[in-house]
Amino acid sequence: MDVEDIEIELFIRAMQRRHGYDFNDYAPASLKRRVQQLVRTHDAGTISELNRRLLHEDGFVTRVIEGLSVPVSEMFRDPPVFRTLRDKVLPVLASYPEINIWQAGCAHGQEVYSLAILLEEAGLYDRARIYATDFNDAALHVAAEGIYATRDARDWSRNYIEGGGQKSFSDYYSARYDFIKLDQRLRRNVTFFNHNLVTDDVFCEAHLILCRNVLIYFNNTLQDHTLALFRKSLVRGGFLCLGTRENIDFSPAAASFADIDAGLRIYQASATNPRPLTR
Amino acid sequence: MSARTAIALGCSAGGLAALQRLLPALDHRLSVPIVLCCHTGSADVSLLVELLARVSSLPVVEAAERAPADPGVIHVAPSGYHLLVEPNAHFSLSVDARVTYARPSIDVLFETAADAWQDGLVAVLMTGANSDGAHGLKAVRQAGGYAIVQDPDSAESDVMPRAGLEIAGADARLPLDQIAQRLNELCIP
Repeated sequence: MDVEDIEIELFIRAMQRRHGYDFNDYAPASLKRRVQQLVRTHDAGTISELNRRLLHEDGFVTRVIEGLSVPVSEMFRDPPVFRTLRDKVLPVLASYPEINIWQAGCAHGQEVYSLAILLEEAGLYDRARIYATDFNDAALHVAAEGIYATRDARDWSRNYIEGGGQKSFSDYYSARYDFIKLDQRLRRNVTFFNHNLVTDDVFCEAHLILCRNVLIYFNNTLQDHTLALFRKSLVRGGFLCLGTRENIDFSPAAASFADIDAGLRIYQASATNPRPLTR
Repeated sequence: MSARTAIALGCSAGGLAALQRLLPALDHRLSVPIVLCCHTGSADVSLLVELLARVSSLPVVEAAERAPADPGVIHVAPSGYHLLVEPNAHFSLSVDARVTYARPSIDVLFETAADAWQDGLVAVLMTGANSDGAHGLKAVRQAGGYAIVQDPDSAESDVMPRAGLEIAGADARLPLDQIAQRLNELCIP
């Protein structure tokens, strides 16, 4: 066996035994790349040195978690998804007196603010509550502040328009120096908190769950576990929105979701009319 | 030596034209998985897949997350995601940071394919205007894989093959027109 693969096993064990984080069912290739990246970031030389610091150095695990959950997101990412949410999903959600939305793996929060804008423009935000979770506290902190680099704003503005935005994206932020700060009114119905999809359980009854580009880091077992968790959290007829390239065909739990737009990975929780298992 | 078991291809600027010459010359009896990372800059890889399918006798598909790397099929990395080969020779995707300004990155594909297929892998680095793929090619060689670099003089853009030769070296430096034949020889027993 490759020495580095042994070191990764020990890393996973140290994270689990010493700190309670379970990475056993992460997809090995991407986990390995991220651990190698951590070695470079912390100038550790080897994964074993990383492991030593993980076991002995107070607070180091926080920095490791920051490095393992590289938060990547943007406003209105994949605009057709947001247009479909607006046209097909929000009209259904409008029939509920209150609307619970869970954004799982919210990273730096760009999608949370995108959702808030979407709901605001649909006239639904005042009866909505967005639960935005991540297992990376540093990312949650950034998300709650809602301050981002100005250089991204132009792309985001284009996404917003393509996603069916009804105003000007710049109506939703103030710009200063090299940063934009999202309108804090958008935060009024958002709760940010730590939740780990691997180890934590259901905490709300949701009408819509978004979890985009998170399951791609999990192996089939953990993907299935997470989809079952989502199914348990959703009301019957609730919606699930995944990343546009995510593949749930290998997951038994996927049978309890029906396609709304299979290409855009938008599904609806149902006991009837399940998705056929293709494999 | 026994036949190699998988092929990984990487190209960037000039890549579409190069692939349109390379793919038709691949033997239709090739029964190893073929994985391709081509920077297109486009948000949608389906056009590239369609163009390549027209000239290839082997089926060309977008690489699907979690799906196995099927033999005799050319799998193309989707736009905006890194394509990784897991140790069980299934695909995974990631939206981790760009590598040498690219996502998908050839380095990411080659390094993970080297881990998965070890000395069974043949990797080909072709035309391109950046240095993506060079470190990946080095990983391929370190794992015992076979590295082909397009002769920079035959490349529309020579930066990528030159970076590959400088950082990783190559088992074969070939003009574009000879690459397919070498792949056929290496992978058909």
